[in-house]
Amino acid sequence: MNKYIISVLVENHAGVLSKVVALFSRRGFNINSLAVGETQDETVSRITIEVSGDEYTVDQVSKQLNKLIDVIKVKVLNQDCIKRELILVKVNAPSPARQEVVQISDVFRAKIVDISAQTLTLELTGAETKTEAFLQMLEPFGILELARTGMIALERGTNVITHP
Amino acid sequence: MLMTGADMILKGLEKNGVSVIFGYPGAANCPIYDKIPEYNIQHILVRNEQGAAHMANAYARVTGKVGVCTATSGPGATNLITGIATAYMDSIPLVAITGQVDTSLIGRDAFQEVDITGTTISVCKHNYLVEDIKDLPRIIDEAVYIATTGRPGPVLVDVPMNISLSSTDCNYDFSCAKPPVIRGYNPEPVADKSEFDEIVTLLKTAKRPLILSGGGIILSKASDAFRNFIKTSKIPVVSTMTGIGSIETDNRLYYGMVGSHGVRVANYALNKSDVLLVLGARLGDRAVAHLTNLKTNKKIIHIDIDPAEICKNIAVDISVISDAGFALQQLNSHAGKISCPDEWVADLDRVKSMDKPYNTDDGEFVNPKYLLKKLSDRTNSDVIITTEVGQNQIWTANAFTVKNAGSFITSAGFGTMGYGLPAAIGAKFAAPDKTVIAVMGDGSFQMDMCELGTMSQWGINVKMILFKNNRLGMVRELQWSAYKSNYSGVFLDGSPDFAKLVDAYGIKSKCISKNSEIDSAIDALLSDDKSFLLIVNTDPLETCQVGFDRKEHEK
Ligand SMILES: Cc1ncc(C[n+]2csc(CCOP(=O)(O)OP(=O)(O)O)c2C)c(N)n1
Repeated sequence: MNKYIISVLVENHAGVLSKVVALFSRRGFNINSLAVGETQDETVSRITIEVSGDEYTVDQVSKQLNKLIDVIKVKVLNQDCIKRELILVKVNAPSPARQEVVQISDVFRAKIVDISAQTLTLELTGAETKTEAFLQMLEPFGILELARTGMIALERGTNVITHP
Repeated sequence: MLMTGADMILKGLEKNGVSVIFGYPGAANCPIYDKIPEYNIQHILVRNEQGAAHMANAYARVTGKVGVCTATSGPGATNLITGIATAYMDSIPLVAITGQVDTSLIGRDAFQEVDITGTTISVCKHNYLVEDIKDLPRIIDEAVYIATTGRPGPVLVDVPMNISLSSTDCNYDFSCAKPPVIRGYNPEPVADKSEFDEIVTLLKTAKRPLILSGGGIILSKASDAFRNFIKTSKIPVVSTMTGIGSIETDNRLYYGMVGSHGVRVANYALNKSDVLLVLGARLGDRAVAHLTNLKTNKKIIHIDIDPAEICKNIAVDISVISDAGFALQQLNSHAGKISCPDEWVADLDRVKSMDKPYNTDDGEFVNPKYLLKKLSDRTNSDVIITTEVGQNQIWTANAFTVKNAGSFITSAGFGTMGYGLPAAIGAKFAAPDKTVIAVMGDGSFQMDMCELGTMSQWGINVKMILFKNNRLGMVRELQWSAYKSNYSGVFLDGSPDFAKLVDAYGIKSKCISKNSEIDSAIDALLSDDKSFLLIVNTDPLETCQVGFDRKEHEK
């Protein structure tokens, strides 16, 4: 099983996201992560989806997505594309553990965005390997809450997805 | 010009050549009903919304135009769903217009509110919830365009009542004939001519070439071109259920329907062929049960208008994304270079000749296959025939001679019981000069017999043949073959006296039980152009098989 990142440019109006998501559940494709937001063109949203599967799956996913009228463009991104995710994590960190958590955050260049007597809330951006490693390091202290944006990605260099 | 939302819908439909709407009113689509009399559009009141969708479906198949149906919000809309799904699975151009509760009430579980756009996502080609009256004329144009182009399919437009009621100044150009531009939709991909070269080479060198024809040929109105191609290339043809009629079924190069309910020689041909051209078919599980076996001994070529069908069910060697019409135009320009080896055709003829002739002896029951064969002979197949689902459907598919493309109308992909009678009504409305025959089982008929009221109200005359076996025959057969004859839930005790039932609608009928009565029964059926019900007593132990003509006996 491989992981593929698919960028989907869609019409930016109500109901479109549910059509995209319904397609995945109905056809039995698994979504690892999904992120959506408006593009530089306010009429267009970009959905970034990470799926696991083989070539057949990714081929079918893109073809079926393409059939949706509200889908303007579908592209399976190059494996070497730039991938980023932002996570917010609230860690159990009373002193003296706090010192150690701060040190780990420094190493990962995470930001401390909130602090209380018992907790630290950290923000980290990066590719999956980095965020996963970070979470692993924090695990022993006790992760109280975790929120993640889902992966977004762009291809490198002058590669862009154009649309009418 | 000041127009209400309802005006925009009706004017938009009129603009798109729509002259009939099959439907059922309620509060939420009442604004549309209020305006229908002002337009050149006839409304056919049905008896259940599902019937409206099926009628629009068959109307579309017969006319080649979009079929339109309407229902109110909530239960009206949900009653349409089976009909929409039926159209979706057979790629039929349908526009369904539903009423919705007022915009201000959406999401509050208002009276008769259902999220019909959410509910129908997976059975529609596309759907719209109208949020702004200004979008309405564009949406109607787009709905018809999307439904009828590319791989056709159903489109639903959900219109809140306040939007169809309110009015606004509208300067939409209702005379513009240009197709709408939808940036996410490119319905007619044009293949490069050179893409067909390799196909021609393969077909030329094949020892056992075969074409599997699908509904795509009929939908793209390419059956004449297809028949020409077969005439010149002499390649044998088998078909899927929706492909029946793409070529005359009595053509000597046509070997029948494939699949679990197909005929022996067709499946033999499918397995034996060394080059298989799949044209406008999707290789569904009903047509090809064991795809992996199929792949071992042959090269497969797939031509389809829908890119998502390529390699969906089976990996193929060559594929072209193309409308069947364009593909056949290309293939025809090379057809002269192809000639199918005689030995292959002879081999298929040999297998076909193993089929037993129909049993015509007189016994307690009529042989349904024999009756259908006779019916096609007696009418020279110059009729439109619709079927319900079950044994009656399979018998018709395999035993009735279909000559004209599009004259065999059935719910193939979705297998919807209750399709046949409303479909016959829609077909007859579309082609009033044609004889339209609905072939039915006694289970299916009872799912939609309320539409007898539609027939009598609108004077739509349909010839009905009811194979009465007092069973859900197809399921009984399944329980016989796969559940050790443990018959459960398949007995139709309590059915009405069907002759009395239709008599209540002023329809004449006749009942037969012997093969020797078939001729006079057909005489009675076709004696005038009024509706008629022919009740045919059929052996409950009869099976779907054609060619074997054996009855399976209970242990
Ligand atoms: C709406 C619906 N419900 C259930 C089925 C399952 N089903 C398939 S064939 C069949 C029996 C049909 O019986 P009948 O109409 O009497 O036809 P016969 O097989 O006897 O010709 C049933 C129940 C179906 N296809 N459609």
